[in-house]
Parts: sequence; C-alpha cells; structure tokens
Amino acid sequence: MKKLFKTNARHSSLDDRIFDICNYTFMIFLCVVMIYPMLNTLAVSLNNASDSIKGGIFLLPREFTWHNYQHVLGEESLVWALLVSVARTVIGTLISVFCTAMVAYAISRREFVLRKFVTIAFILTMYFSGGLIPTFLLMRDLNLIGSFWVYIFPGIIGVFNLIVIRSFIEGLPESLMESAKMDGAGDFTAFFKIVLPLSLPVLATVSLFVAVYQWNSWFDVFLYNSSIPDLSTLQYELMKILQNSNASMSSKTAADAFSNANAEANTVTPTSIRATMTIIASVPIILVYPFLQKYFVKGLTIGGVKG
Amino acid sequence: MASEQRTATVSFPVEQSKPTGIKLFFQKCSQQKALLLMSVPFVIWLFIFRYVPIWGWTMAFQDFKPVRSFSEQEWVGLKHFIFLFGDENFLRVLRNTFAMSAINLVLGFVTAIGLALLLNELRHMAFKRVVQTISYMPHFLSWVVAASIVSYSLSLENGIINILLTKTGLVDEPILWLGIGKYFWGILGAAEVWKNLGWNTIIYLAAITMIDQEQYEAAEIDGATRFQRMMFITLPALKPTIVILLIMNLGHILEAGFEPQYLLGNPMNVEYSEVLEIFVLKYGIAMGNFSLATAAGIFKTLVSFIFLFAANSIAKKLGQARLF
Repeated sequence: MKKLFKTNARHSSLDDRIFDICNYTFMIFLCVVMIYPMLNTLAVSLNNASDSIKGGIFLLPREFTWHNYQHVLGEESLVWALLVSVARTVIGTLISVFCTAMVAYAISRREFVLRKFVTIAFILTMYFSGGLIPTFLLMRDLNLIGSFWVYIFPGIIGVFNLIVIRSFIEGLPESLMESAKMDGAGDFTAFFKIVLPLSLPVLATVSLFVAVYQWNSWFDVFLYNSSIPDLSTLQYELMKILQNSNASMSSKTAADAFSNANAEANTVTPTSIRATMTIIASVPIILVYPFLQKYFVKGLTIGGVKG
Repeated sequence: MASEQRTATVSFPVEQSKPTGIKLFFQKCSQQKALLLMSVPFVIWLFIFRYVPIWGWTMAFQDFKPVRSFSEQEWVGLKHFIFLFGDENFLRVLRNTFAMSAINLVLGFVTAIGLALLLNELRHMAFKRVVQTISYMPHFLSWVVAASIVSYSLSLENGIINILLTKTGLVDEPILWLGIGKYFWGILGAAEVWKNLGWNTIIYLAAITMIDQEQYEAAEIDGATRFQRMMFITLPALKPTIVILLIMNLGHILEAGFEPQYLLGNPMNVEYSEVLEIFVLKYGIAMGNFSLATAAGIFKTLVSFIFLFAANSIAKKLGQARLF
C-alpha cells in the first residue's frame, strides 16, 4: 500500500512533468548561449575573410579556407608571441606548483615550529595588497621591468592554491608519514617520495589554475613590457587588435573603408584575424579543462570551505 | 637523560603553544632544518612581493617624486585624499565602480543559486554533466577572448544580438550597444554572468550534496511537488553557504573587475565604463601622479575592510554563519 502511494506521488503529478520539461528546455537554451559565440567565432575564422564581411555566418563557414590561420601563423611576431605564451605557461606552472606544494607540505606538518606564523603571513595577503602603483614601483626597483621573469616571480605562490594543497596533504593518512619517519626518512624524502606522488590529483587541479592564469594574462605584459616586442604574448597581441577595432568603431565609416579595401585585395580583415586569434588563444584551454573537471570541482570546494 | 625527556615532550603538538623559552625554539629549529628550508625562502619572497608594496602606501601622504630618497620626500598629510573627494572624475569613477560591483554581486548570486537549484533537479546524470562542462567553459577563457566575443556579438552589422532583435522586430534599427554609455552596466553584468555562471554554481552544488536525503523523501510522501521541494528544502539548506559567500564578496565591493571595463571601454562609453583601477592606471602610470593614484588605491582597500567587517558583524548579530 505504501509503495503504491509513493509511485503515484512520483509519476502522476502534472506539475512535476511541466517542471521537468521547462527545466530541460532551459538547460539546452543555456548550453546554446554558452557555446554559440565560440562556434560562431570558429566559423568566421574558417571562412573566407572577404566573404565574412557580407555577414550571415552562423555555425558553419560558407567559403571554407585555412587562409586566416596561414596568415596568422605566417606572421613572425605572432608566432613569437605564441612561443612566449607557451614558455610562460610551462615555466610559470612548473615553478609555481612545485614551490606551492613545498610550502603547503611544511605548513601541513603539525610539529613545524613556524607553522602558525607562515600560514597567517600568507593568508593575510588575501585580504589586502599594496595596490597597482607600489607594486609597479617594486618591479622597477627589482629591475624586473623589461624581463621575462616579471611574468613568473610575482606569482610564484598563490594563497588560494596553497590552502587547497595543504588541505589535501592534511587529508593523507598520517600513518604513512609515521612509518616513513620510522624508516629514517627526512622531510625532503617524505615530500618527494610520499606526498608528491599521492597528491597528483590536487597538483593537477592547481596546475590547471596556474596554467590558465599564465596563459590568459595580458595585463602584466601591458604594464611592464609593452615596449618590448620580444616579450609580447598572444593574449596581449589579441588585446591590441581588439583595442584597435574598438577605436575604429567610433568612426564607423573609416572601418568600413578599411574592410572594403581589404575585401578588394582578397586578403584578411581585422574581423577574421580577430576570430582566428581568439580561437588560437582559447583552444588549448578548451581541450584540457573537461578532463580535469572532477578534480577542480573538488579542489574548489576544499579551497572555498577552508579559505 | 633530562634533555632527552624534554625533546620527547616537545614533539607533542599540544605542548607547542606553551611558551617554553627561546632556547627551546632554536633547538626545535635545528631539528626541523628541512621544513625551514622548504618554507623560509618563500616567506622572504612573500615579504618582498606582498608586504613591501604596502610600505608604498606612505606615498599617498607625500608629494612623491621618484628621484628623491624616502627622507627627502615632502609630507603633505591628507592633501591627496581631500583632492580626490573634490574631483568630479573620481566621484564619477566611484559611482561606476559601486554600480557595476553591486550589479555583478546581485546578478552573480541570483543566477548561480538559481542554476544550481535547477541543475540539482536534473535526473539524467550524463545530461547534467554535459551541461555543467559546457557552462564552465567561459570561465577558462581570458577576458581578452571574452571581450572579443562580446564586442563581436554586439556589433552593428554581424552581431547576433542585433540580428535577433531586428529579425524578431523588437527594434527597427540595429543598436550600437557599446557606443551608448547607459547600456554599459547592463552589458557588463550580462558578460560577467555569461563568463562565471557555471563556475559559481560549483560551490552550491557541493553544499547541496550535503543535504539529508530523508527530508526529500518525507516531503515526497507528504505530496510536495518538485518545485516545492526545491524552494522549501534545498534553498533553505543553502543559506549558510550563501551568507559566507556574500560576506566574502562584500569585501570586494570596490572591485568591480578591471579587465572587462578596460577592454570594452571606449571614448563613447567612458562616462559609465571607467572604474577605480582604470583611474589609478591613468593617473599613476600614464600621468606619473603616483601619490594621487596610491591614495585612490588605499581608499579602495579601506572601504573593502569596512564592508567586510560590517557584513560579518551583521551576520553575527542575526545568528548566521560567518567568516571570522
């Protein structure tokens, strides 16, 4: 009798059905809104540049061509910028994740004499910072302006990442550490041989966060190295193109004249270059993040609760 | 023998908090060389890169000239702060910052909580996972890419928004969205929601998994519909999470973001798009008025702290969960 009642309640309610239909429809609409701009940009980047001016490109290219990509990747300065982006992402991520994990290990040890001091010193910086100008002057005094290392040094340790890794290490079984200590292993051995291998899931999460930050950065390039073309990055080059097209938007006729002139010559237009670079700048991340979803969801939850 | 006993007690964490003398401290230090080696270099790093800049705040009370040494700087008291509050530009920038920050805060909270509740009602797990993955995507894009997409979507001829609006007959003429200042706050709010909506649901979804399933079963027996269960069980259970996140976010009330405003701003919408950070950048880096720009930065930090503490103590009075 009770069972019958329950199934009735679950299936017969018209309200629930309507709710479900609305909910699924809404979710599909949401996905379209999230993903359409990207697909549209991809279509424009793969479409003949002069044809794109006529408009009407939505999900598929009308006159398919690789020309835009050939043009962008044929431009030496853009390829160099891409290499700088890759370099700062790889070097910055390796250094940051390794150093953050090391400090996280130290402050996860209960017996560590400076544990409280180090933890608080780091966490305090979450709530205030010196601000733009003092930081800029510091970089100048440290002679970091005009150098590649201005991308790496200021961000070696992220406090949020530190908390995430620390929480993970604290969750590892204490008996492992004890038996290692019993065998005479020092802290470095324990860190490299036990903690690092066991922490791979959280290290993957933090690597994603740092890599995304490094890959997406443009403001430090703009602030510190804008006069040095050799240290420009892909995002900064894209930003310059975006700023130019924003500026030309205020004089619409000038922009039209420009794109028409280009259309005659059958080369590339600012729009197609922008679309192509947008795709190049986002594809690496879009290909990686879904595989780490399980981990970063967990990492974010830990950091959110403890932070 | 005696010293051996002493070291043995020291290794218990409980004993650590008791003052046991400077000699013991150094003794422990020498036992923990490895841990010190792992952390102290980075404490020095932290000091240089995070604490030294705070010393730069003194600039706000000086007429700072980069060529002079610290002792030669001229102290001017609150001159720069007084100037700021008489400056029309600064007040306008402050208005923009508050407005966009408030819009982002409210929109961000309402949409993320709403989406988390709806995602939780999806029965089809594979479908739910696909929706989540897609909704996280924009968060990983840079603001440069996002701004590029936004400005293209809003463009006059080929922008999807104008195409939809003209095709459906809602407007007769395409609108130059980014060229009209009063639309800027709305555009920015929408762009922020697009970028961070999915990401912001993560923490709520995690909190939802903590809810006791028996409550739902009991409600179902009592004949509650799905919608009712969502509103009267799930939503109230999220209250502590919402309060904590709200307090944390109020601490950032003067951080309306900087990248989207900078990237989407142009001379036509500058009245509405310029925020504090851009003001600091303009006065400090471009015009070299370090003192004034630093004063504006300090003001921001001060307001953030006031909001953070105020929100926290209100939550305390109301008997809610709180940050500290």
